[in-house]
Parts: sequence; C-alpha cells; structure tokens
Amino acid sequence: MTPSRGLPVIEPVVDHAAAAARFNANPDRVTWHDAALWFVREKRDQAVTEVAEWEELRGLASSIKEHTLSRLDEYLLMFESAATTNGAVVHWARDAEEHNRIVYGILESHGVSRLVKSKSMLTEECGLNPYLEARGIAVVDTDLGERIVQMRREHPSHIVMPAIHLKKEEIAETFAAQLGTEPGVSDPITLVAAARGHLRERFLDAQAALTGVNFAIAETGGVVVCTNEGNADLGVALAPIHIASMGIEKMIPGTAELAVFLRLLARSGTGQRITVYTTHVHRPRAGQELHIVLVDNGRTTQLGRDGFWRSLKCIRCGACMNTCPVYRRSGGHSYGSTVPGPIGSVLTPGIDLEKYASLPFASTLCGSCTAVCPVKIDLDAQLYRWRQIAVDAGYVSGKKRGAAVVAAKILARPRLFALIGRATRVALRILPRSLVAAVAAPWSRDRDVPSPASQTFRAWYKANRASRRAGKRQ
Amino acid sequence: MSIALFVSCFVDQLYPRVAIAALDVLDRLGVRVDVPGGAACCGQPPANAGFERAGDAALRQFVRTFTRYDTTIVLSGSCAMHVRSHAAALEADGSRVAASTIEFCSFLHDVVGVERVATLNAKRSARAAVHIGCHALRGLALASPSELRVPHFDKVRTLLETVQGLTFAEPERQDECCGFGGSFSVTEPDVSARMGRDRLRDYRQSGANLVVSTDVSCVMHLAGLASRDGQRLPMLHVAEVLSGSTAAA
Repeated sequence: MTPSRGLPVIEPVVDHAAAAARFNANPDRVTWHDAALWFVREKRDQAVTEVAEWEELRGLASSIKEHTLSRLDEYLLMFESAATTNGAVVHWARDAEEHNRIVYGILESHGVSRLVKSKSMLTEECGLNPYLEARGIAVVDTDLGERIVQMRREHPSHIVMPAIHLKKEEIAETFAAQLGTEPGVSDPITLVAAARGHLRERFLDAQAALTGVNFAIAETGGVVVCTNEGNADLGVALAPIHIASMGIEKMIPGTAELAVFLRLLARSGTGQRITVYTTHVHRPRAGQELHIVLVDNGRTTQLGRDGFWRSLKCIRCGACMNTCPVYRRSGGHSYGSTVPGPIGSVLTPGIDLEKYASLPFASTLCGSCTAVCPVKIDLDAQLYRWRQIAVDAGYVSGKKRGAAVVAAKILARPRLFALIGRATRVALRILPRSLVAAVAAPWSRDRDVPSPASQTFRAWYKANRASRRAGKRQ
Repeated sequence: MSIALFVSCFVDQLYPRVAIAALDVLDRLGVRVDVPGGAACCGQPPANAGFERAGDAALRQFVRTFTRYDTTIVLSGSCAMHVRSHAAALEADGSRVAASTIEFCSFLHDVVGVERVATLNAKRSARAAVHIGCHALRGLALASPSELRVPHFDKVRTLLETVQGLTFAEPERQDECCGFGGSFSVTEPDVSARMGRDRLRDYRQSGANLVVSTDVSCVMHLAGLASRDGQRLPMLHVAEVLSGSTAAA
C-alpha cells in the first residue's frame, strides 16, 4: 500500500464518546446529518404502511434466518454442491486474510491488474482494497457512494449509503480535483454524469469484477445482488472473471424464502419497494469464470455465542442506523468499525472486544433499532449483554468502575441510601451552585442540577401516611 | 388483593411530589397501597452501565421486599421494565415479582380502567407534549411505537384525555428518545445533550407549554437542559396531572 493510497488508520481503541464530541463540535452539521437520515427513516415508514402484513413478514423473516443459522453447515454444503454443479468455483475462507489471499490468487493466476468492485461491506471488513493495491492491482469501487469515499481516502460511514456524511459541495470539490469537473459546480446531475463517464471507462477496462452478495440460495446455488445503480450488473456482464464474496450468514434455503426478504430489504433500508436491480447469478457466461468465496471471519464464533448468535440474522439494510438517534448525531465514522450503528455495536465487539468496548455504550437502549429491524434482532438486549461482558473483561475505566460499584452498594442498602441522600440534599442546598456544578460535571456542563426537595418522599410518608395507615389496619 | 407502590430512588430524593401525587390518585380511585420500606432501587442504573452483578443486590432487595404483594406499582417505566426483564433470572420469587410488577400508567389503564380514572375530574389548562420513556413505550407497550405497523394506541394519552382543559401538542417526531439513557447522559454527554435539546425544540415548535412524562429521569435531563438554556417549559409526571397538583419542574 503506497502512502498516497492509504486509508486513515483507525485508532487502536475506539473511543466513541470522544469521536462523537468531535462530530458535535459542528452543530449545524449534526442538524444536517440527523435530518438526512431521518428523511430515510420516514421514507421507510411510508413504504411499510403499504404492506398490511409487515409484522408477519418480519416474524417470518426472523424464523427463516434462525432456522437457516441453526442448520448453517447443512445449507452451506447444499449451496456448495448446487453452485459447483452450476459451474461456479466455491472457495472457503476462514478469515479476512484467507479471503484476501484467495481473491488475489484468482486475479494473479489470470494476470489481472484492474478490478472493478460493486458494493461489498465484506471486502471492506477484510481490508481487501489495500491488500490488492499493495500487490499492484488497481481496485475501483463502482458504487457511487463507495467511489466517492474511495477517492477521498475515507471509509464508508454507512453500509447502504457510504457517503451519507458528505455534502454535495464536498463531493464537488473532490470531483473537481480528481475528475476535472468545473470547480464550484455541485449540481448532482452534473456530478453524477461525471462519475458515470469516469466509471464507464473503468468498467470497459476491467479484467475482473468483484461483487458482494445479499442472499445466497442453498437449493439453487445462486447468489442475489441488490443494487440501485446497476454497477454490479455492468461489472459482471463485461468482465471475464466474476468473484462473488459473501459472509456465510447470507445463506437462505430457497427461492420462496428469497421473496420474503426482497419485500423487506429495500423498504427497510431506503423506503423503496424494491432495489432498482435485483440480479440473480447462477452460472458463468460462456467463457467466463464465476468464483464464490464463502467467508467466516468470526461468524461461526458469533454463532456459538448464546446471547449474540441472532445478530447473524442481519440482512444489512441499514435501518437501525437510520433510526438510531445516537448514530444520527455522532456519524458513522465515530464507531471506527466497518459496520457502524446498533448492529455494528453488537457485531464488532465480537471480533475485538478490547478495541470496540465503547460501542455497546453508544446507545441509550431506547430500542428503536430492535423495533425497526426487519428480521427482529434484539439489538438493545444484545447491547446490554455486551456491556456486562465489557465490564467483566475490565474494559471500563477504573474511575467509572469504582463509581458504579459504590453506587450499586448504596442503592442496595435503603438506610444507607436515605442517609447519603439526606447529606447530598443538604449539600445541594447549602453549597454554591457553581461548586455543585463542578462536582456534578459532566452532567452539569449542559444541564442544571435539579433543586433538592426539602423532604424526601420517605420522610413525607412517615410523617403523613404511615401512622394513619397503621391505625386503619388495627 | 395486596398492592404496593414502589417509589424509585429518583422520585424519593428529587421528585417526592410525584409519589405524593400518585398516592393521592390511587387513594381517590379507592386503590389501597402500601409503601413498604426495604427497597430503594431496582438496580437498573448500575446494570445498564454494565454492572449488572453489582446492581443485582438492589434487585434482590426489591424482590424480597415486594414478593408478599399481589401487585407492585412502579412510578417509572424504566425501573418497571428492568424488574420485569431481569428479576426472573435472580431469585426463586423473581419470576413472580417480575410478573406482578406494573408501571403506574399501565396499572391505571389496564387494571383500574379509564372510566374510573375520569372520575378524578382532573383539570388543567395546557397544551401538553406527552413524553413516554422509551422503556415504557417499547419495553412495556404503553403506546404503539412509530416503527411498528400495528393499530395505533396510546394508553398514556388516553388517560390524559380524561383531564378537562388539556389539549395535546403533536411533535414532528412522535417518539424519538430524549437522550437521557442513564449513565449514557454522563459517558456520552455531547450526544445526550444534543438529543435532549432536539426533543425540547420539537416540543416547543409543536406549541407545547407542558411536558407530561411517564419517567422523571427523562424529566430531570430535559428540565436540566431547558433550565440551563433559560427556557420555561414546565414538566410533570402523569400522576401529577391526574391528581391536579400544580408544582412543575
């Protein structure tokens, strides 16, 4: 990887709160980002209104995924057998490194130096681009959003809308510098036309195309790719080699089940009834090679975790990001993870808990993610579980640990609680507000501390009610 | 039937008027409740911060205190949900207490009934934004959340519709979280404060001159922000509005 192509290095330990604070240093940008994503959430709500049986569909989709995951070994072998019969070459990758090695091996053996890719969060997860670039292969992401972040040497900030963190004026600057568009022209039609012209050349030039996979059908051995730009189709239709990389959790039993997911995916993700292109790939064209790479990279470990295996039901629609009030106000990059937002915060700690221990805490546990999820992943409950595990593993500061343990001890002892409560309320009354504010920071940086009541409820009850009730009883 | 009222740590120390109002409402509806000593907290604050095992001591204390009652009314959706979701795994009596624990508005709506609640003859001239805590909303189903495609219902609003003179603001975002989130409010102070201010703006712009909530923890956060920003927006618990008391945060 040459330095000029380098992506920003993700900090060794992700501090979501610190990244969110940086994002919030520009309140207007937060307003804009929140509104952009809320717009998508509202489009989703509108699309959902059209489907009377929406909740039944969610239940069905959840059951299908749970069924498939509980027999994943059988379905994967069924898929391999059917795909092989169809003429595809199926590869198995234990981890990111093995995936990258397999892809590079295919490209190297065919002398490929120019690869086009359609959207694939898996290859982002595996760090495929820098791996291939370091070995002399030019990789062009062809999804417009992904191409934009690639040109800017950034990571996607959202799994469905990779450049949702950017304003059109910022994209105009990038295009002016790299595609020669007129500086200051940020009209979307002009920018898209420039990108199309630029990408068309890359498509025609490519020696291989790599796509992601939305669904893999065990009974037919086919893979299904959902896009809005047709870029996957163009890449696959032109290049002599097609590599489809997929996480093993993308498996579904058959085409009947596919219909359930296609009704949920686009409606949940972007509020569309269906994506513009739903591409079914079953066999290579005459003279073409089709390679399907099945990637584990921590998925079987997650599958073995009692409280977390249901996170593998995820169909990567992005609805939990759009609805998450924290994601909307902290930005996708604040998670420092390929998959951000609530689903990222339950998947990524499973890969590296020490690095991502702050993510399960980047939530109010409001539960909107769980309610919006088309496959009914209990996201808020899983975030809660990861918090317990992160604390047990010691990935929480000593100060916070001390405070929580002391608080818990006080809360479990009603008499002690009453005593400390009384002392605190007296302190709140007699101490200067500025001192109270200093002690109560960071609560009090933005909020006034409530004025203490003159008497607790307990004390009031003892004085006014307890004896009266006791009297009535007798 | 023996009924207890659990007054959470928040309410006891900072908002005793809420519990006094709740007792008044229950008394006038002919619901006799005990307020036993012995449990100050349900253990949720440490548990949600990742210290469930430390918090379990408080939850055990809660179970032991309330196991002798047929019903335990809780003045906070968030505490009620914690007990309902986590008590069963703890003690022998845990599942019984989990099942018999009910949030205050749910109790009034489901057990007492709206017609009886209407006999309170509460009056208040105000335009209210109804703020249902997220755990009360999505965890205890006090209303239909905006994400689900289910027939619309709102138990809290239904209760408040019995109050003469009270009208309702319709915020642009029906049920966006206010950003309190327990320890989240101090570990993610920037996002938390921003969420609260966005909620307050939405309430103001919808013409609300009163916020009525199921959870005083949300109120403490929102009122703290409003006060810091020099805004006057009174905030009350549902019990206070139904009892007709006038103090406001």
